[in-house]
Amino acid sequence: MFRRLPDLADTASVTLTVDGEAITARASDTVAAALLAAGHAACRETAVSNSARGPYCLMGVCFDCLVSIDGLGNRQGCLVRVRDGMRVETQRGKRVAGR
Amino acid sequence: MAEPDVAVIGGGLVGSAIAWGLAGAGKRVALLDEGDIAFRASRGNFALVWVQSKGLGMPEYARWTRASSDAWAGFARELREETGIDVAHQRPGGFSLALSEDELERRDTTLKRLHNQSDLPYEIVHRARLLKMLPDIGPEVVGGAYCPLDGHANSPRLLRALHTALKQRGVSYLPEHSVDAIEHRGGVFVVKSGTRTIETPRIVLTAGNGNRKLGEMVGLDVPVRPQRGQIVITEKAAPFLNYPVVTIRQTDEGGVMMGDSLEEAGFDDRVGLGVVGTIAERAVRMFPLLGSLNVVRTWAALRVMTQDGFPIYEESKSHPGAFVATCHSGVTLAAAHAKLLAPLIAGGGLSDDFTAFSAKRFHVPPAA
Ligand SMILES: Cc1cc2nc3c(=O)[nH]c(=O)nc-3n(C[C@H](O)[C@H](O)[C@H](O)COP(=O)(O)OP(=O)(O)OC[C@H]3O[C@@H](n4cnc5c(N)ncnc54)[C@H](O)[C@@H]3O)c2cc1C
Ligand code: FES
Repeated sequence: MFRRLPDLADTASVTLTVDGEAITARASDTVAAALLAAGHAACRETAVSNSARGPYCLMGVCFDCLVSIDGLGNRQGCLVRVRDGMRVETQRGKRVAGR
Repeated sequence: MAEPDVAVIGGGLVGSAIAWGLAGAGKRVALLDEGDIAFRASRGNFALVWVQSKGLGMPEYARWTRASSDAWAGFARELREETGIDVAHQRPGGFSLALSEDELERRDTTLKRLHNQSDLPYEIVHRARLLKMLPDIGPEVVGGAYCPLDGHANSPRLLRALHTALKQRGVSYLPEHSVDAIEHRGGVFVVKSGTRTIETPRIVLTAGNGNRKLGEMVGLDVPVRPQRGQIVITEKAAPFLNYPVVTIRQTDEGGVMMGDSLEEAGFDDRVGLGVVGTIAERAVRMFPLLGSLNVVRTWAALRVMTQDGFPIYEESKSHPGAFVATCHSGVTLAAAHAKLLAPLIAGGGLSDDFTAFSAKRFHVPPAA
């Protein structure tokens, strides 16, 4: 669905896992951009009605990009830069306090 | 509409519950309310249906609170059947937690007095057993007081369910109808709001902090004052709090509410960082994992408070047919207002049981 723009100088890539599966991303990607580029349009289910949501505004206002990053839930994927070895998990429903 | 049998003035939880009960008793009801800018405790409260701290010094209030707590489950069921809205009432019992032995002992002393006065069921639960009931308490929590009658609900949904039901019951809800004057002519009340007038033989003042002014128009003294409370809300989390705690509860949708302060600030419902910080700090000491949750909202709202904290229910002597109903626990008492109080107002008037709730109690002559 999403295609990257023709490549510029930035070709360094990092590897992270999404629900345990490795994906590669550009070093300058946010988690949300990496998820979209890897085909994960939906990265969570809402806390009350469990409907699917994915990154939307990409600028920190809609909170639809919430994922768990390195064990901490409800983080805004569009505001966090990817890192080699990062563990991203999609969230089904409510986050667990303390995690 | 035809002139109503009763005009209820103020559409918060108290007025809505009473209007619902009046309509249930077959009365034609008009409910006059202000617009969205109004101060409304009903939109900003903590949603406890609470028994354990109520009525020390006034057994009638302890009894009334307990009657409401007992009526709540049936009331919630009725609202759900009528509107399809689940107001999420639960009565697992509730706690007040202590961060020191001293605090626990003080709590025990108060509740013992309430037990002796009104047979309040409660127990002091020490840390070892408390950990089984509330596994996430922090190391400083020494114990808590548990009352099996305590519970909670979803307060905004309660207000919505009531208003949905009011519409279905044919109550005429009139927002943007702030009442400026009430006259009494030949047994009929003429209620004035802007250019509109409504004539009715019976009125009920349920205007929260607006009751003071309205009361003066019909010979009722209603000495209430605003008392601010602030509340902090976290993002929604998977359920982990099995019981409501008097200052911390997890809603049916997962958000954790923390509060609530008691501040004398007049008609000022602004939030202050100092108070919010203290609320959060105490809550995290009680449940350290709260520290990991993001805060998504804070707000302040104004309680409707009397000098002694007890409600006022009274019919005017000089203007028979004019009633006032006001309290600072409108969620807790919603079931009693709807199921027990409204039928009395619809019928012959308040019974002798309500004498203790008259504002006359504030007019004690000074000692010689
Ligand atoms: C921070 C906080 C926490 C609380 N926690 C709890 C709790 O856990 N459990 C509990 O049981 N209670 C709690 N309460 C108390 C509870 O919210 C109130 O007792 C209850 O909402 C009072 O309802 P009310 O209808 O009397 O007043 P309000 O909600 O203030 O409503 C009064 C209504 O009257 C209208 N009005 C005013 N003047 C006029 C006029 N002249 N003409 C027409 N309409 C008028 C206003 O527009 C308003 O809609 C809390 C309150 C606060 C502030
Ligand atoms: S995509 Fe909107 S906040 Fe992240």
